Amino acid sequence: MIYDVSISAIIIFILFVAAVLVLSFYFARKTKSASGYYAAGGQIHWAVNGIAFAGDYLSAASFLGICGMIAFFGFDGFLYSIGYLAGWVVALFIVAEPLKRMGKYTFADALDSKFNSPAIKLTAAISTLVVSIFYLIPQMVGAGALVTPLLGFPHWVGVVMVGSIVILIVATAGMTSTTYVQFIKGGLLIIFSFVITVYVLNNGLKTTPNENYHKFVSIEAVMTDGKVTAIADSTYTIASQVDEKDATFVKLIKDGHFSWWKLNTQGEKPMLEEALSIVTVADGSVLYNGAPKAERKFYQVGHIKSIEMDGKQVEETGAVGPFRYLTILENSQIVRFPKKAFKDGEDKVTVYYQTVTSGKDIMKPGLYYKLDKGASIWTRLDFISLMLALFLGTSALPHILIRYYTVPSQRAARKSTIVAIISIGFFYILTIFIGTGAMINGGLDVESSNMSAPLLAKTFGVILFSIISAIAFATILGTVSGLIVASSGAVAHDLMDKYFKVKMTDKGKVTAGRIAAVVVGVIAIVLGIIFQKQNVNFLVGLAFAIAASANLPAILMLLFWKRTTAKGIAWAIVIGMLSSLGIILFSPTLYEIYGLNPADAPIPLQNPGIISIPLGFIALIIISLFTYKKRMKVENQ
Amino acid sequence: MLHEPAVEMGQDLSIQKKTKLGVILFLVYLVIYAGFVFIGVMYPSVLGMELIGGQNLAIIYGIGLIVLAAIMGLVYNYFCTKFENKMNKEVKK
Repeated sequence: MIYDVSISAIIIFILFVAAVLVLSFYFARKTKSASGYYAAGGQIHWAVNGIAFAGDYLSAASFLGICGMIAFFGFDGFLYSIGYLAGWVVALFIVAEPLKRMGKYTFADALDSKFNSPAIKLTAAISTLVVSIFYLIPQMVGAGALVTPLLGFPHWVGVVMVGSIVILIVATAGMTSTTYVQFIKGGLLIIFSFVITVYVLNNGLKTTPNENYHKFVSIEAVMTDGKVTAIADSTYTIASQVDEKDATFVKLIKDGHFSWWKLNTQGEKPMLEEALSIVTVADGSVLYNGAPKAERKFYQVGHIKSIEMDGKQVEETGAVGPFRYLTILENSQIVRFPKKAFKDGEDKVTVYYQTVTSGKDIMKPGLYYKLDKGASIWTRLDFISLMLALFLGTSALPHILIRYYTVPSQRAARKSTIVAIISIGFFYILTIFIGTGAMINGGLDVESSNMSAPLLAKTFGVILFSIISAIAFATILGTVSGLIVASSGAVAHDLMDKYFKVKMTDKGKVTAGRIAAVVVGVIAIVLGIIFQKQNVNFLVGLAFAIAASANLPAILMLLFWKRTTAKGIAWAIVIGMLSSLGIILFSPTLYEIYGLNPADAPIPLQNPGIISIPLGFIALIIISLFTYKKRMKVENQ
Repeated sequence: MLHEPAVEMGQDLSIQKKTKLGVILFLVYLVIYAGFVFIGVMYPSVLGMELIGGQNLAIIYGIGLIVLAAIMGLVYNYFCTKFENKMNKEVKK
């Protein structure tokens, strides 16, 4: 889709980024020691840290991904909100305080506090790197998705921009500036998400989202032997027909431009319904609704077909309260735009066609994760896997864990977690309104689910869009900064200092961290470009699964099982990490990225958690049992 | 460099009690969360049933899980602070 570049958007955006950079350089001048770089000197106030937690956690995935997924698939996107928040319960009740007691700068410190084992240092550092890089990919993809409509640049420019700015921030200032950037950004994100929600409720539900919304056309068709042979509008000519398994599409031509239509035979007479199409023709050029992209024939979609309020059909509801909004939505018929890809001769065609979906189906799980109609054992396992990974992943994310070292005490660690839960929980409740708001107010770019929240804001005005986009961009900057600090800590502190025992001064450690930050940043930029088309939320789900598989068994068992040994921990990390990575590499999604048929993937699971998390626990228990006696012998001697 | 914490922390004698409370609250939440997943997998149509005020079970359970986490967090903090104040004060005496 082509977006109009707005000057006000650019000005607000530049001001925002400039403010973030000024803040970073200000704190950079104060960051002289390793403790300052990696743990902000351990002196951040719990309330600031709590909102900074929210800033860290409400990443591109939460804001762009969840809202986008709700906008496209309804309640299934909200499952992520539920799971992400539930993960904080594990962090608060089980992990926060012990971790604060045990560690110094990094997650590896905490794991290794009992053993002083080189194997733990090495494996924990590698797992921190792997999880952080997987978490970085969606942030980068989100950055690219945002910069396109905001500044009119291609996706890769956005990725490189975020990467470069963040490398500059992290390489100069470390954890203190990251914390304050996250605090400001987390606070602003929650406030402005609330503002959008107020707009959505105030706007109410309407069958025509706004004056500029595309007016969809239907044409009566005549059918002979299953083929469309004539249509009621003589300005069109029929070019071809493609019969897919569960839908039929017809190509029409008018004034030299072609368009794709979906055949609907449900009513009294067969009708052709207008669809959106992206077609790659034989010479490689891509046509949007039958014309080159620059002709701007592609448009935003998402509307309600019929609204039922208090038992009556209405055109619009006027302003409504939050609960009433959800009730009316549930009783409405909403038009969604699923995707279908097929070949028409030499042309590769992708069609986004109108599908009327009952609000009742939208407001419960099932449109993305098949649980009811069309469910299989694998789709059900995928659902369980996702919910397990989200629940257990939060307290195993390195960039969240390191935030416990920035506060002065266990009490502060606990209180900041509660501030995080309340603020993040409030935000997640808002996502259902923002997501469905985009779904019914023409906030969908069918090409990118990640853009739904900013596009919804745009339907309410360019200024709101500019602010939301700038905050979303700052969101990405902040989260990427946190992840890169965690990664640089793993390289410079855990690997170089602790594992390879490279002799470094305190200043040298900070320099090593900064070099590591640059390297990790460059890797993230490259991966962000490769994974461009994926929903950022889905990608974060993978990062959670790796974190939960590799790190959580080690953390939990170390805290609650006395027989845990260093070898058990190291092997649990290795097996949890490799099994989750292995399943992801052979999953349908990655097959799609490789250009293979997703149906041929040997493991039909999208999320590896249900297999790899138990494997991590099993590995730890078995290896610990085998090595416990040996450990006791050594300790007794 | 040893694995000492980034800042010095005083002795805390309430650790055991806090840990026990944390584990209990965690298990309670786990059961309620698992209940949501179980209904979703085994009886997905139940999640679409209308319950109170025109809202279905999916929305009430989902938002309920988010609100419950915040409430349980506050309860946990209240008791932990109480344990810390009481037990660490007794030692000082």
